[in-house]
Amino acid sequence: MFNRTAIAPLEYTRKLWMRSWVGLTMLFLYAPLIVLMIFSFNDSKRNVVWKGFTLKYYEKALNNDSLVEAMVNSLTIAFLATIISLVIGALAAVMLWRFRFPFKGLVEGTMSLPIIVPEICLGVAFLIFFAKIDWPTDLPWPLNLSAITIAHITFCFPFVAMVVRARLASFNKEEEEAAKDLGATEWQAFRDVLLPHIKPSLVAGALLAFTLSLDDFVITFFTSGPDTITFPVKVYSMVRFSVTPEVNAASTILIVLTVALTFIALKYQGLKGISDAH
Amino acid sequence: MTEAKQPIIQIRNVSKRFGKVTAVDNVSLDIRAGEFFVLLGPSGCGKTTLLRMIAGFELPTEGQILIDGQDMSHVPPNKRPVNMVFQSYAVFPHMNVTDNVGYGLRISGVSKGQIRDRVAEALELVKLGGFEDRMPDQMSGGQRQRVALARSLVMRPKVLLLDEPLSALDAKLRAQMQFELADLQDKVGITFVTVTHDQDEALSMASRVAVINKGEVAQLAPPSDLYEYPANRFVADFVGSVNIFEGTLTLDEPDKAAVDCPGLGKVYLNHGVTGPHGANVWIALRPEKIYLHVPGAGKAVRAAAQDAPDGHNLARGTIKGMSYLGDVTLYDIQLEGGQIIRVSRPNLSRHDQEDFTWDDKVSMHWRADSPVVLLS
Repeated sequence: MFNRTAIAPLEYTRKLWMRSWVGLTMLFLYAPLIVLMIFSFNDSKRNVVWKGFTLKYYEKALNNDSLVEAMVNSLTIAFLATIISLVIGALAAVMLWRFRFPFKGLVEGTMSLPIIVPEICLGVAFLIFFAKIDWPTDLPWPLNLSAITIAHITFCFPFVAMVVRARLASFNKEEEEAAKDLGATEWQAFRDVLLPHIKPSLVAGALLAFTLSLDDFVITFFTSGPDTITFPVKVYSMVRFSVTPEVNAASTILIVLTVALTFIALKYQGLKGISDAH
Repeated sequence: MTEAKQPIIQIRNVSKRFGKVTAVDNVSLDIRAGEFFVLLGPSGCGKTTLLRMIAGFELPTEGQILIDGQDMSHVPPNKRPVNMVFQSYAVFPHMNVTDNVGYGLRISGVSKGQIRDRVAEALELVKLGGFEDRMPDQMSGGQRQRVALARSLVMRPKVLLLDEPLSALDAKLRAQMQFELADLQDKVGITFVTVTHDQDEALSMASRVAVINKGEVAQLAPPSDLYEYPANRFVADFVGSVNIFEGTLTLDEPDKAAVDCPGLGKVYLNHGVTGPHGANVWIALRPEKIYLHVPGAGKAVRAAAQDAPDGHNLARGTIKGMSYLGDVTLYDIQLEGGQIIRVSRPNLSRHDQEDFTWDDKVSMHWRADSPVVLLS
C-alpha cells in the first residue's frame, strides 16, 4: 500500500481486483470451517447464538466414550487402509507403467472404476456382498473393522495408483538401466532408483488415501455394524438429535488432526516434492 | 598375455528384430582391446540397438556377442564386464556426486575405505575434484556427464560404452570433450565403444569407425580411410560432403581409367579400377579437392577437357550459390550440363571470398587421383 513503485504488467498479486478475488475465494472455502471451530467454544446448548467462551464441550466430547471409540475406529481404519492402499496402488502403477500385456487398457479402466462409480452404489454393493459371503461380524477388535477397511481400500488404492502413475511418467528409464549396468539386481535398482523417484507421490497418495478413508460416510454407513461405528457415522447420528457444540468440538479435533498430519508430511517431504507428483 | 590378439568384443552374425522391423541385420565385427571404436550412422540405423545389445539391455534375435572370449547370451547387464555412459547421463538425481560415483562399488560390497579412494581417483580423472557433495541439479550438463563417466570408470570395466556422449553439449564444450575423451581413453587404456551420428566426432576421436546403414555395416575403417576411400555412395555421402556423379566405365587399365559422366564429362583417373568395362559406376568428388579459377586467367590450367595433360581434370560452370563460412566459402556451381557441383575454397587471405561472385563463369580442375570410383 505504501509501496509507490508502479505495478508491473505481470505483478497480479499487487492488483486490487486480484487480491479481492483471492480473498473472496478463501472466505468461501474456509468461512464454514471457521464458524464451526468458533462455535465449538460457544457456551450454549443450542449453538445458534454466541453466549461466551468455554472448553467444556471439548471435555464432554473427550469423555463421550462412544465418540472416542468411533474416533479410534476411524483412525485405525484410515491407518490400515492407507498402508495397504499404498502397497497395492504403487504396485499397480508400476505394473501398468512397466509392462505391456493383453487387455491392459481394460485393466486400467476397471481399476479406476471405484473412483467413478457413485459412492452410494458402492456402499450398497458392499452391503450385499459382505452379507452374501457371510463375512463374520462378531470378531474381536480390531478384526471387526475388516469389512470397512476392505471397502475403504477399494476406493483408496486407485487414487494412490493414479498419483504414482503420474509421477512414474517423468521417470528416466535410463536411470534404472544405469543402476543395473553398475551391478544392481532388479530389486536393488527398484529400491535405490525407482523408489526414491516415486517417494513424493507415495507421500501424496498416502495423504489422499488417509483423508478419503477418514471422512468417508456413505460407504462406511453401509458396511458398519452396531459395534463398528466410525467418526463420521457417529457425528451423523448425533446431529440427528441436535447440533450441539460437542459435535463442533469433535469436528475441530478431527480438522486439527488432519491439518497437522498434512503439515508433517509436507514438512518431511517438502512442498515441491508433492506438487511434482501431479 | 597370450590372448592379446583376441578381440575384446566379438559380434557374430547378430540380428535384432522388433516385430517386423529389423534394427540390426546380420552384423559381424570385432573390436580390439584398447581401441577407440565408433559406431557411426544416421538416427534409426540400429547403432544404439547394437550398443545396447553389448551392454545386455537387448538380446540379439540371432547371433552371439562375446566379450573377452565369453559368450554373453545368458549374462544379464549387471553381470557383464562393461559399463555404459547413457545419452541422458542417467545420473541419480537424489544422490550427490560421491554417492553416484560410488554406487556400483557400494552394491558390489567393496569396503568403505576402498570406495572412498577409488571415487576420489575417478573424480580426479574426470577433473571433478571438489564437487564431491554437489547434487546433480546443481551441476551443468557437461559436469553431469563427467559424473556419469566417473561412475562407469570407477568400476574398471573391460569396455566402456558411450551412447551419443556429446550430443547434449554445446559446440565449444563438445569440441573440448572430444579431445578429453580421447585423452582419457589413452590414460585408462580401456576399450571405448561410442555411438554417434556426428561424423566430426567419429573422425576426431576414433581409431576405427563402423558406419552403419539400415542395420548393416556399410564400411569399417580408420577415419582417414573412411573419408578418402569410401566404399560406397552411402559412406561417401554420410561422412563429409561430396559430389556424386553417375557414369559409365569406358577405360580401365592398370595405371589409368576413365569414366564417362553425362553431367560432368569424361573423368580421368591415374589408377586402375576393378570393375567390368562399361559398368555403371559413380564418381565421388570432395568439394575441397576442386580448384576454382576464372577461365583464361589461370596459370595452372592450360588443359583441354579431352586429354588433361597436367594430370588434372577440367570442368566449367557458373556460380549459382555461395555461402561464406569464415574459414572456407562454399560455391554451388552449375555445370554446362545443368547439374550442380559444390566446391569449397579455403579463405587463405582476408579478401579471398571477393574473388568470385554470383553468375561468374568459372573453371574447375582437380587431380586425377582425387575422384573416387564407387561401384555401389
